[in-house]
Amino acid sequence: MSQAQRPLSPHLQIYKWQLTSVLSITHRATGLALAVGSLLLVWWLFAAAAGADAFATAQGFWYSWIGRLLLLGWSWSLFFHLCNGIRHLFWDAGWGFELKTTYRSGWTVVAASVVLTLIAWIAGYAVRG
Amino acid sequence: MSEEARLRSPLGRALGLGSAKEGVAHWWAQRVTAVALIPLILWFVAALVALTGADRSTVVAWLQEPFPAIVTVLLLIAGIYHMSLGVQVVIEDYVHGEAMKISAIVLNKLVAFAIAAAGIFAVLRIAFQG
Repeated sequence: MSQAQRPLSPHLQIYKWQLTSVLSITHRATGLALAVGSLLLVWWLFAAAAGADAFATAQGFWYSWIGRLLLLGWSWSLFFHLCNGIRHLFWDAGWGFELKTTYRSGWTVVAASVVLTLIAWIAGYAVRG
Repeated sequence: MSEEARLRSPLGRALGLGSAKEGVAHWWAQRVTAVALIPLILWFVAALVALTGADRSTVVAWLQEPFPAIVTVLLLIAGIYHMSLGVQVVIEDYVHGEAMKISAIVLNKLVAFAIAAAGIFAVLRIAFQG
């Protein structure tokens, strides 16, 4: 491959951290995390289909502290990707490109993802009793 | 006549595939699955929360109802399709070298089909066999 001596765009470290770019890469990172999570979801469904022993093994994993930690990460990833995805859909419709609006919607997504995660976990513990 | 209209061939304009030669099909599919996933995932998360601590017989009884079984299959289809579209963009962005890139994209598609098939099989087996 020929390597032309073209000027490079500045490296990532040059840029100041800002909410917009952090949320952008977080959207991608949570998407990838959810892709891994989909494997675990299918494993859970498979365990339920396989029988009582396999299901007990899967449930045992989910209720262990490491399982709960993973579930906490995935549930937040899911709610973040969901909320920020809706933000993206508004952008696709041509709405919300003003800098002020972008920051406001960004912080709304952060807050909503945390609140939804808390609601889901509080409800989960309430159901389990 | 606009600059673009003069520079592009009539065939190129009719096909509407642009310089990347893939058009907007990928972009549209990602948005359509995204919109479909909003109600699907909210319903599924609510259902999972309600099933916290449930034993196998409760989960099986739930998935044997037509509505949960059908919606879970829809979630698997839309979700894994959305996933494969998203992972493909990540591959296109970060994997350089044409052979590696194409291999990774093909692998991504095949893995997505495998995950979807396994998940749908599991739901159908529960729905029909218990």
